[in-house]
Amino acid sequence: MQKYVCEICGYVYDPEQGDSESNIPAGTSFEDLPDDWACPICGATKDAFVPED
Amino acid sequence: MKPLAIKDDIYWIGSVDWNRRNFHGYSKSHMGTTYNNYLIVDEKVTLIDTVAEEFWGTLKCNIANVLGDRKIDYFVINHLEPDHAGCLALAVEKYQPEKIYTSPMGQKAMMAHFHYKDWPVEVVPTGTNINIGKRNLTFVETRMLHWPDAMLTYCPEDKIAFTNDAFGQNWATSERFADEVDRSKLEELMRNYYANIVLPYSPVVIKTLKALEEMNLDIDTVCPDHGLMFRGEDCAWAFKKYQEYAEQKPKNKAVIVYDTMWHSTEKMAKAVASGLAEEGVSVRLMCMKNNHHSDVMLEVFDSAAVILGSPTHNNGILPLMADMLTYMKGLRPQNKIGSAIGSFGWSGECVKVLTQWIEDMNMELVEPVKVKHVPDHDTLSQCFDQGKAIAAAIKAKLAE
Ligand SMILES: Cc1cc2nc3c(=O)[nH]c(=O)nc-3n(C[C@H](O)[C@H](O)[C@H](O)COP(=O)(O)O)c2cc1C
Ligand SMILES: [Fe+2]
Ligand SMILES: [Fe+2]
Repeated sequence: MQKYVCEICGYVYDPEQGDSESNIPAGTSFEDLPDDWACPICGATKDAFVPED
Repeated sequence: MKPLAIKDDIYWIGSVDWNRRNFHGYSKSHMGTTYNNYLIVDEKVTLIDTVAEEFWGTLKCNIANVLGDRKIDYFVINHLEPDHAGCLALAVEKYQPEKIYTSPMGQKAMMAHFHYKDWPVEVVPTGTNINIGKRNLTFVETRMLHWPDAMLTYCPEDKIAFTNDAFGQNWATSERFADEVDRSKLEELMRNYYANIVLPYSPVVIKTLKALEEMNLDIDTVCPDHGLMFRGEDCAWAFKKYQEYAEQKPKNKAVIVYDTMWHSTEKMAKAVASGLAEEGVSVRLMCMKNNHHSDVMLEVFDSAAVILGSPTHNNGILPLMADMLTYMKGLRPQNKIGSAIGSFGWSGECVKVLTQWIEDMNMELVEPVKVKHVPDHDTLSQCFDQGKAIAAAIKAKLAE
């Protein structure tokens, strides 16, 4: 699945790992993250993320 | 303080803020602070960072002291926060630099701070190398340590790393190097700085230390922008401390953070403390009326357990506890056990509210205790047992 990287702090959202801090289970695609999900490092919202190449 | 040559042609030209007690408007700096910045005199004279705006006079004086009438060619701006870039607009106007080097995020922050039109800004992403004569400068982004724009500047010829806020301490001194001051005081102030400023970005610290290690930089001098500089073996000491801080391994220690109206919650806090002490846990009892939130954070940082106490006040908790909890949660402490205590008069929401905070901070919860009005002997022994239960949880955690 496509990884997404935060343009503010460089955190990479990896769908295979999810985000335990926000109780996002492994296997959740970036698109399926809730709209109010925020970057666990800098707190940026989803629109600060771009697909990782 | 006068400029100090830290290597041939490389000078500390910072300002010492002896009277600073309120650091950035939110934390205490009991020992004052310094704004360190540096000047490299090479074919291209290079200024690294500036100081807080109120020290503009000192900065000009220091520059003139080193350079006489010689001009500055380049500015390197490692971080845009006003304690370091506070004199930037004034300095650009006065010294008319040929180039201003900064990180990609630094350029954005520079625009948002100064709204400049025609500054000669050049973005230097990680790995960029510039030559200033006999020396080179290499830039490494240290994003989110602790702002998005943060950058480290490394000079291979002199083995110096200018690290901006990383490795800093709030300490106004006449000494400039870590090996000239009391080590335990230095460590405490560095830990205090970490606990109140860098803590939320601990995952970034671990990543950055690893990246630096992989770059194999030969570093014999670390120059932060606050406090003392590190040289020789002290560089490894500073890196090791940051690795340790970032890992947030708890100590055999608990902090009881509370506020109280009529001392019932306080009596409970003391009973919990004696239960913890009975089991050999070192305890700090911190009433929010007598302690600043940043001093509490220093103690919370290396504790294994945090016990929150508040009476019920207007269906919630007391305001100083709300202040503390907002601050603590923002700093994202990890690997902690949490519990709550509180006295109430009729509706009794206190412990429920405190427990919610504990859960929001992902702390491992130990059963809380609450009491209507004044605790009697039974309630206090319940609190004592709660202290022992927290001690047992700490033992289990330390054994992990
Ligand atoms: C320790 C610290 C943490 C900060 N955290 C954030 C943050 O999480 N998100 C953000 O957008 N800005 C953050 N900022 C930046 C401030 O909001 C910014 O500097 C702002 O312009 C300050 O406004 P003021 O001049 O009214 O204090 C932080 C600043 C400091 C010093
Ligand atoms: Fe800063
Ligand atoms: Fe700073």
